[in-house]
Amino acid sequence: MKIILTTFAFLSLAFAANAQGKVPSVSVQDLANKKIDTGSFSNDGKPYIINFWATWCAPCKRELQAIAEKYEGWQEKTGVKLIAISIDDSRSMARVSPYVNGQDWDFEFYLDPNGDFKRALNVNNIPHTFLVDGNGAIVYQHNNYEPGDENELFKKVLELTSKN
Amino acid sequence: MSLVDRLLASFLLVLLLATITTTATAQGGTQIHGNFSTDVQYYNIDSAIGAVVPPQRFGNNAWANFIATHGNFEVGARLESYNPSLAGYPAGQPYQGTGIGYRYAKFTVSDLEITVGNFFEQFGQGLIFRSYEERYLGVDNAIDGVRLKYKPYRGVYLKGIMGQQRAAFDNGFTKGPGIVRGLDAEVSLAELLDSAWTHAGNLIIGGSFVSKYQRDDVSTLVLPENVAAGSFRLNYTTSKLNFYTEYAYKVNDPNNRNGNIYKNGQALMANLTYSVKGFGASVGAHSFDNMFFQSNRAATTPFDLNINYLPPLTKQHTYNLPATLYPYATQPNGEVSGQGEVFWKIKKGSKLGGKYGTKIAVNYSVAFGLDTTRLGLADDTTKIYGYSSKFFTPNLDRMYFQDINIEIRRKLSPTWQLALTYLNFTYDIDVIQGKAGQKVVYADMFVLEGLHNFSEKNSLRFELQHLSTKQDHGNWVTGLAEFTFSPHWFLAVMDQFNYVTTAPTFEKDGKVEAPDRLHYPIASVGYIRSGTRFQVNYGRQRAGIFCVGGVCRQVPAANGLTLSITSTF
Repeated sequence: MKIILTTFAFLSLAFAANAQGKVPSVSVQDLANKKIDTGSFSNDGKPYIINFWATWCAPCKRELQAIAEKYEGWQEKTGVKLIAISIDDSRSMARVSPYVNGQDWDFEFYLDPNGDFKRALNVNNIPHTFLVDGNGAIVYQHNNYEPGDENELFKKVLELTSKN
Repeated sequence: MSLVDRLLASFLLVLLLATITTTATAQGGTQIHGNFSTDVQYYNIDSAIGAVVPPQRFGNNAWANFIATHGNFEVGARLESYNPSLAGYPAGQPYQGTGIGYRYAKFTVSDLEITVGNFFEQFGQGLIFRSYEERYLGVDNAIDGVRLKYKPYRGVYLKGIMGQQRAAFDNGFTKGPGIVRGLDAEVSLAELLDSAWTHAGNLIIGGSFVSKYQRDDVSTLVLPENVAAGSFRLNYTTSKLNFYTEYAYKVNDPNNRNGNIYKNGQALMANLTYSVKGFGASVGAHSFDNMFFQSNRAATTPFDLNINYLPPLTKQHTYNLPATLYPYATQPNGEVSGQGEVFWKIKKGSKLGGKYGTKIAVNYSVAFGLDTTRLGLADDTTKIYGYSSKFFTPNLDRMYFQDINIEIRRKLSPTWQLALTYLNFTYDIDVIQGKAGQKVVYADMFVLEGLHNFSEKNSLRFELQHLSTKQDHGNWVTGLAEFTFSPHWFLAVMDQFNYVTTAPTFEKDGKVEAPDRLHYPIASVGYIRSGTRFQVNYGRQRAGIFCVGGVCRQVPAANGLTLSITSTF
């Protein structure tokens, strides 16, 4: 028991500085319920955003709506893409497709009904957003949503694209 | 310390040494990630609302997860601490002390994935098997055992699991008495047939088999020690349509929840959705009959050791009053339910749509008891079937729940958005919350929500909610104001006021006194910095029901100070 505790303490210290990770490889489903490996997510060398949300999460929907209104402009400027991961489980996963169409949202949608991808990325609660650079490394994350957070996120995207 | 823990500890130590020596090449080497989350609550005495005050005066839930990956290798663990757990937490058996709540090792060899230790898994929609966690409810029925996932050919997915379920927490997770074994196979035709499949969508068929073993330790009954369940599912999708159905059957499983009857169980769910840009619709139906499936037949609560998951077919509301006063929960012993929902966006620029477009959502859901006939005692008193049922036939005289709701959301200007919601509930509080003898609640609710952006970073969001009912607690009004200062701070105040109460009048000093009309004020401040969030709440917390996903937990009334921290690294 003690060994495990101390081991973890050491490990976490040793790697606190090395927080930039790759997107883990886990199986999620697209809206046609085809299995997709999250390790294969990419945006042709351009950055992309991974956003965790659910149909029962009000701030998540506010965030996606705020981004949806600016998304065209973001894409024109930077080519960034948003991958929305719904953690709706078997209670509400069937609502995801009609809901996102009813909202007229243009993101890439996947389902994570048993929270496998959420766990792999250590997400505590939603909304939680990750920004992944063109090499597949996670460079920024943000928990929670407040109106205006989307501008901060886009600033980070611009920082990435202006480097190239 | 168990053997598995010893092995894991040694493995982690080796991993640590290995990673220290390879830190220079960390990019392609080992990655360590994790998260941390804690809620600390201090309880004040507040007799007016009947607030709980544990003798320790404090409650604390804390979790830390760690995942280390190295190529195809992965180990993970979660440390948990409850000293003591928050009042009303968890939903089922108690959690106490500090220790390891979950640990596993996983490796992948081409198309085979092997997990040893704890894992979460689900077959289909979970009608016969789902192990999952909802940490904030205290639901965690992880299997401790072995899981194999194998993809023998493109589009063909096989899974096998075997182990015992997490039951509670006592300085480490404890396990239930039963053993759960399961197999699942799924074929995705679009993937299997590849270019030979010419349709735009996909057809997926799957089937599962699950069996539990529990020793017959009851001398008065002859109990089945092995209980099997099977399910079949089909999912057809095109670019616009999605049809899903799953049927499950469970052989007789006398247990505490069904009164130890020897009847078989059945479940059926089906739903169809249609959507195109700007419009989406769905219809669904569920029927459950005697489908409690727990890996301890003597489980004392419906939250313990569930092997399966029976999703409720009702909308999960997000506004405080409808979400926490009258949420529906599946009735596994017998239910027939249906739901229909439509979402659409009225185009911007049109007369109804306004300058920015208007969004409308209409939802209807209803749940009835199952049509059953009680049977008398059989001659052989050790085999009692309890009742006979007409499958998928509702007992229209016994409505458990009905929800009619409509939401209209409109952006008025670049800085103003409004949403108006109306909800109407019929709620059998006797059946759903187990409040025996209480009258069915009929409630009407209105919610007005507004969002105003003062600037690019600062905004105010408010909610005004009203609930009226002649039953239960009577009428409520809730006001909420939330100021946000992106990207770091927020400040919120909320009051729930039970302004028309059904509580009886009482006599004091010879005078008839009206009962108190209670306020439940609460204030919150939060600070967010990338993956870390701090929040402090102070005030009264109304007794209510807290739901995540499809599961709900009763939260007692409390008054006090709460500190919550979550962090992802």
